[in-house]
Amino acid sequence: MTGFSRVQMIGVALMVALIVLAPSVLYPVFLMKVLCFALFACAFNLLIGYVGLLSFGHAAFFGMGSYVSAWTIKHWGITAEVAILLGGATGAALGLVLGWLAIRRQGLYFAMITLALAQMVYFFCLQAPFTGGEDGIQQVPRGKLFGIVPLESDMTIYWLVAFVFLAGFLLIHRIVHSPFGQVLKAIRENEPRATSLGYRTNDYKLIAFVLSSMLAGIAGGTKALVFGIATLTDVHYSMSGEVVLMTLLGGLGTIFGPVMGALVVTAMENYLAQFGAWVTVTQGVIFMVCVLAFRRGIIGEIGAKLKVTL
Amino acid sequence: MSDIILATSGLTREFGGFVAVNDVALRVERGTIHALIGPNGAGKTTCFNLLTKFLPPTRGRIEFKGRDITRLSPAEVARLGLVRSFQISAVFPHLSAIENVRLALQRSRGASFDFWRSETVLSVYDERARSLLDDVGLSDYVDTQAGLLSYGRKRALEIATTLALEPEMMLLDEPTAGMAHEDVDRVVNLIRRIREGRTILMVEHNLSVVEGLCDTITVLTRGRILAEGDYATVSKNPEVISAYLGSADA
Ligand SMILES: Nc1ncnc2c1ncn2[C@@H]1O[C@H](COP(=O)(O)OP(=O)(O)O)[C@@H](O)[C@H]1O
Ligand SMILES: [Mg+2]
Repeated sequence: MTGFSRVQMIGVALMVALIVLAPSVLYPVFLMKVLCFALFACAFNLLIGYVGLLSFGHAAFFGMGSYVSAWTIKHWGITAEVAILLGGATGAALGLVLGWLAIRRQGLYFAMITLALAQMVYFFCLQAPFTGGEDGIQQVPRGKLFGIVPLESDMTIYWLVAFVFLAGFLLIHRIVHSPFGQVLKAIRENEPRATSLGYRTNDYKLIAFVLSSMLAGIAGGTKALVFGIATLTDVHYSMSGEVVLMTLLGGLGTIFGPVMGALVVTAMENYLAQFGAWVTVTQGVIFMVCVLAFRRGIIGEIGAKLKVTL
Repeated sequence: MSDIILATSGLTREFGGFVAVNDVALRVERGTIHALIGPNGAGKTTCFNLLTKFLPPTRGRIEFKGRDITRLSPAEVARLGLVRSFQISAVFPHLSAIENVRLALQRSRGASFDFWRSETVLSVYDERARSLLDDVGLSDYVDTQAGLLSYGRKRALEIATTLALEPEMMLLDEPTAGMAHEDVDRVVNLIRRIREGRTILMVEHNLSVVEGLCDTITVLTRGRILAEGDYATVSKNPEVISAYLGSADA
């Protein structure tokens, strides 16, 4: 019915339990960062894992979503959920343009074009007055949910972030297990064959791209509200690289992999921050070990050991 | 005249300076099994790619059911009822056999962009998919991942998937290539059963298959039509004989 296998149901239950219990042990702000990146990585995984499209430009959607949510809540005083949705709409609109330009290209060319277009977005953000250039948009208020519930307390906004993440996670699962998702998988498996069955594959790829960039925009917008800041870091190409890292590390094409990857990478950055540049080096090493030894990623390897799809 | 379902005129495709398909005028009669034979590199697969619009022709015109399809996209050609298979078997390897067939059946829903709906709505196609799998002798492999099937069964699955679209015309590129004897017989019998109400254009190297199955044969060499007619006529043509003797594997 739900499209989850029994093992996956257990996985989801476990994940929800952890989300509920974790803030009594760990800092809510750290957890919210993990959840925002987890949603971002899940959105990215929708493309690479289920359509076979490698986007090197996903920071553009995450970062622009973050800027627009931050700017609108700060200057228009709108409510928090509207700001987050505007971030999503920004991601979707930008995804439609960039996707439309990139989707005609295959494989590595697709990846290169997304990277080039995302760089253009980065330079736009660097120059445009509304982003605040190098300073970014600072002192962004968290606003009120539905105009009623103040979100200044970390624990209150935590539940909002948890809800946004879970809603996005479930939406992606539904997309993958929909009639539409079935066609996406066919395209991933054998695009010429899907075409020969009469599917206009570019239309399907473009819609998947827009859905993915919309969710990336929502993740970026949510992050901006949590941290009260939107900066160039979120549109920088290294952010695009980071989401690739998270997804590969956790397990590409698995439903829990991107979440696990986001947790590990964010934790590394947080707890290794004291070692400065070594974070990057450590990440690089882990990335290489992963690519060479654990091709399926953490969750993918566990799934293969237990002979289940996670 | 009106019985010609597919006709080309002056069909030409160049790769750089190399002419792979050269001024081909092909006419396929409705309801027949038409073979396209010729040595390796003759341009048969390229012809299929042109007919199904996977490649744009350099010159020439293609008509299907009296309609000019030269400028259509591959998906549109498929929707008109001209459906191809591939020389290298084309299944969706990580999907189960029934999911493979269902993907073709699902096409009849129109554009299935409904990402918000559960895939359980597709279960209405299960019965039809099972019966198609049954038709091609795959009833024991309904839930098997397509990639794990033997080569012969992959081909059978491919045919079941193509049949699910109920195409008026099927293009089969070497449906028996690389198969063991029993598998060849199975596929030949299958083609005999499905020809009812359809037109089939097939590339085939196995001449005994061609002899037993095909009504008309077109021989292609170096991109040009060398001879055309029924098996008896074509097999006696001295040019055909020398073309075939001139190539190691015919
Ligand atoms: N995409 C392509 N680019 C360049 N040459 C090609 C291409 N496709 C086919 N050819 C050439 O066209 C000729 C005909 O190939 P093909 O149609 O595959 O032959 P057949 O199917 O009859 O064995 C061959 O010489 C092949 O090398
Ligand atoms: Mg060929």
